[in-house]
Amino acid sequence: MQETLIKVNSLVKHFDVIERGIIGRKKIGEVHAVDSVSFNIQRGETLGLVGESGCGKTTTGKVLLYLEEPTSGSVIFDGVDVFGTFGKGGKHADVKKLRRSMQMVFQNPYTSLDPRMTIFDILSEPFIIHRNIPKEQWQERVYELLRMVNLEEYHAERYPHEFSGGQRQRIAIARALAVDPEFIVCDEPVSSLDVSIRAQILNLLVDLQKKKHFSYLYISHDLSSVRQISHRVAVMYVGEIVELADTNALYDKPLHPYTQALISAVPVPDVKHKTSRIILPGEVPSPINPPTGCRFHPRCSYATDICKQVSPVFEDKLIKGHYVACHHAAKFV
Amino acid sequence: MANQLLEVSNLRTYFFTEAGVVKAVDDISLSVEEGKTIGLVGESGSGKSVTAQSVLRIVPRPGRVVGGTIKFDGEELLKKSEAEMRKMRGAKMAIVFQDPTTSLNPLYTVEKQLTDILLLHKQLTKNQATAAALKLLEKVGISEPTSRLKAYPHELSGGMKQRVAIARALSCNPKLLFADEPTTNLDVTIQAQVLDLLKQLQKEFGMTMVMITHDMGIVADMTERVTVLYAGKVMEDADTVTLFTEPKHPYTEALLKAVPSVAQTRALEVIPGNIPNLIDPPTGCVFHPRCKYAKEICMKQDPQWEKVSDNHYVACHRWRELKLETRS
Repeated sequence: MQETLIKVNSLVKHFDVIERGIIGRKKIGEVHAVDSVSFNIQRGETLGLVGESGCGKTTTGKVLLYLEEPTSGSVIFDGVDVFGTFGKGGKHADVKKLRRSMQMVFQNPYTSLDPRMTIFDILSEPFIIHRNIPKEQWQERVYELLRMVNLEEYHAERYPHEFSGGQRQRIAIARALAVDPEFIVCDEPVSSLDVSIRAQILNLLVDLQKKKHFSYLYISHDLSSVRQISHRVAVMYVGEIVELADTNALYDKPLHPYTQALISAVPVPDVKHKTSRIILPGEVPSPINPPTGCRFHPRCSYATDICKQVSPVFEDKLIKGHYVACHHAAKFV
Repeated sequence: MANQLLEVSNLRTYFFTEAGVVKAVDDISLSVEEGKTIGLVGESGSGKSVTAQSVLRIVPRPGRVVGGTIKFDGEELLKKSEAEMRKMRGAKMAIVFQDPTTSLNPLYTVEKQLTDILLLHKQLTKNQATAAALKLLEKVGISEPTSRLKAYPHELSGGMKQRVAIARALSCNPKLLFADEPTTNLDVTIQAQVLDLLKQLQKEFGMTMVMITHDMGIVADMTERVTVLYAGKVMEDADTVTLFTEPKHPYTEALLKAVPSVAQTRALEVIPGNIPNLIDPPTGCVFHPRCKYAKEICMKQDPQWEKVSDNHYVACHRWRELKLETRS
């Protein structure tokens, strides 16, 4: 039986664009970073979130954890209202409890680990904050964490600069695991690593999930690694989710023209694979002034008048569980 | 025998750092047939970029080419003076770098960056150079080229900047173009645009291209021949189809099995360990500490560069006995 761990409802995050004048600051516009995004994540599931730079995927991950304040919308985590807890009036103990359940692994392990702390300090810092483990057990627990990410006990006394990129990312993962989370946001965890190292980290994430039954939100621009690790995938374009479906369904039979173009654009490491690339004209529009109607219409070869005027509804009426926001999706079924 | 435009033999480029000598390129040989696209594949530290820099003679300090020969179009490049090299760079061979935000000068307009190179290498007046620059921008698919000429790099998007960098590299019709990870910093849909553009321009100009990349997808898509590098050495050299279907080197096999594909989900095989330190590389075969087929001989002896078939070479002690597989 599947159990929903996270429910995200019409999440919105706008950033103000401020102009500094002589007299004062004036708001001159808004960046629509995330616009009305909704999805669920089941317990033990990996949801992939793909999109090009600036589409709002990282912001979505950060807002989920309240690292950025949302503009509106709600996130329910295991029955708990996340924004209500973190916002004004939330109890400190509840905040900590939620922080323990939701963790994040960042893109660049060269900047996400403090260079002046030993690995032992890095991995035991969560214990100081959360007081979830008595001090005499710290060492044992740190060793256990290191073993979980396939590092050795003696690594605990070293500093981050003594490790390679792949090893650092393992340490960052171990740190996220230190508080026994149920949900981890992984923001491009393999993008800064070499190709031969990426498989190590991807396989590690899958192994840990099998053992501990975590849920992941796996954010990446790399469609190949997303296919590899995700159970379901959501595609974002200029702040909106345009398609969300089971991984194989989405990759093998995408219903949104943007998803189709995105997938066709990725070079396949196979000489027998014949691709016909869909080359999209132009560039991703500015999220300050997103196009009216369907935000993809200026680059879409199927666009008609309705696409310019009416925003398509994000729904799964064509195929159950396959959500898509396109007026012409029926053509592609 | 087809005409080899570029022949690099036993190239050694070392960096003399305070910590020791980094053997970034250690005995690399490769040849590039005229009119073809070859791929130089490897991870960071494999020596792929330094090989290109060595050919162009732009190796940054404290690096130095310490041995080998580089024959380009019948001439020995390593014997040329700096003045002679200046005449070659940009005119006969050019390079497109990975990051257009750093390879374009932020203080100059697009026009200045394009006309500078035209004025240097060609007998043109300023007006002629500007007209040529405008044509180049059209060629690389930049919309509103007239107004873009006056733009500064920061006013352009990443994809457009890379198009300008490509226009600059092509401005004097070079015979040989190095593309050093030209799309790594770009989004996938923009990457598709740029790869498409490179393909089309190569056909049109009859250029020879060396595509430097770590992405096996781009290799499969763009190249006719591949040289696989690891830790400053050549592992394998073959035409692209052979390399993907019948690899003979364990590293090539491992690399092909370790990369995820957008076309299918498959179990990823992990290559254990890390890329070796080039100050103190492993003895014997440089790949042996990570190779699942390694035997005693691999730790002790450098493998020979052996011929598998006419167009297929490999440096592995055990290639004859191993039955390597690929997924394709």
